[in-house]
Amino acid sequence: MRKLFFGLIAAGVMVAGSAHADAIADRKATMKGVGGAMGTLVRMVRGQADFDAQAALAAFTTMNNATTGFVDLFPEGTETGGKTTVSAKVWEDRAGFEAAVNKFAGDTAAAVAAAPADLDALKAAFGPVAGNCNACHEVYRIPQQ
Amino acid sequence: MMRRLATLVGILGLAAAVFLWVLSGPNPLPDEELAAMGDGDAARGETVFWAGGCGSCHAAKGAKGDDKLTLGGRHPLVTPFGTFYAPNISPHTEHGIGAWTRDQFANAMARGLAPDGSHYYPAFPYTSYACMELADIADLWAFLGTLEPVDTVNLDHDLPLIFSIRRGLGLWKWLFLSDQPVVAIDEADAQLVRGRYLVEGPAHCGECHTPRNLIGGVDQSRWLAGGPAPEGEGFIPNITPHETGIGSWTADDIAFSLESGFTPEFDSFGASMVSVQDNMARLPAGDREAIAAYLKHVRPVATRKPVEPGQ
Repeated sequence: MRKLFFGLIAAGVMVAGSAHADAIADRKATMKGVGGAMGTLVRMVRGQADFDAQAALAAFTTMNNATTGFVDLFPEGTETGGKTTVSAKVWEDRAGFEAAVNKFAGDTAAAVAAAPADLDALKAAFGPVAGNCNACHEVYRIPQQ
Repeated sequence: MMRRLATLVGILGLAAAVFLWVLSGPNPLPDEELAAMGDGDAARGETVFWAGGCGSCHAAKGAKGDDKLTLGGRHPLVTPFGTFYAPNISPHTEHGIGAWTRDQFANAMARGLAPDGSHYYPAFPYTSYACMELADIADLWAFLGTLEPVDTVNLDHDLPLIFSIRRGLGLWKWLFLSDQPVVAIDEADAQLVRGRYLVEGPAHCGECHTPRNLIGGVDQSRWLAGGPAPEGEGFIPNITPHETGIGSWTADDIAFSLESGFTPEFDSFGASMVSVQDNMARLPAGDREAIAAYLKHVRPVATRKPVEPGQ
């Protein structure tokens, strides 16, 4: 009975913090999806997987979709917690952060529009998209294990 | 009796002071080593430059591409000991190091000594450069001489008073400055030898990836096991082959990550590693493979992280 009581209190505390925890979990899941899509493309570019126009287009589309509403997943109050690796610079330089996300949106939209039909076209589309990852993470993410 | 004791204490105190003064003095490279250093080759020196990542601190913060060759300094390193500003190391004769001799440069790199014999702060990672080949330092000197002079004036470090007495660094060096390798390897394995040289020497990976003790010395018992970022925020990852480090990465994964900036999970490098990886990408593939072989070889050590709220 007592365990249940404390369990309920613990659950209540967790619910109170969950709106923010959700944003952190959601942006992590979104980035995970981008990483998966990147993996599909890198394997093709490196020759570890056969070129597949449909899969490549799907990967670029996943990345582009990830940018929709992405900056809204960084509300005030989600600077820490939930094992976030976000840097305070997201809030200190909001305009710069949003510009970086917009650049990624533009570059992935261009790749989707290009719809690469062969490996060389994929490589050409891939470079500008891939450069967004560490350009943004250099400034807006802190190192973490 | 009391007077004799006082005299004795006085003499011992003076002896200790003299001893510490001598111990904290400059310890430059021997003349015969400097004489054997050679003239240096600028083309080879460019490889040393990228291996050493000079541009990641001595160029402007956030510099990309060829801007990393504009070495006007002023990049701030915000550490628990205070804020250090990287100096101008362009060949400008007044504001850079253009008026230095090659011997002075070698003593700066391998012994952390300024031309006037004073000690540099170990924010300049001479603790790693100490095990570099002097021939490589001569090559680097030759390469630096080919770059554009920049007329930026150096900024003074912003340090608490206690750390502003440079002489004390001589004692710190006595404890932590060594030209001996950290990891024992099969000396006949050329790839491992090259990997160890790069990681422990010019690339100075251990300066961030190894935790430090209270007075800022690298804790070699936890070599490359990660630690609180010595500069900026966050935790620098464990890169030993432990399961809490990068034990699941193959040597090929490591070499590819240094070339591309992507982890095996296709996450990207971030923070200061972005600039480091950009330097590593400019090395010959064989050097990245050598680094990977060495990192698979070092002793696996479990990550020890400070517990943070909300984690």
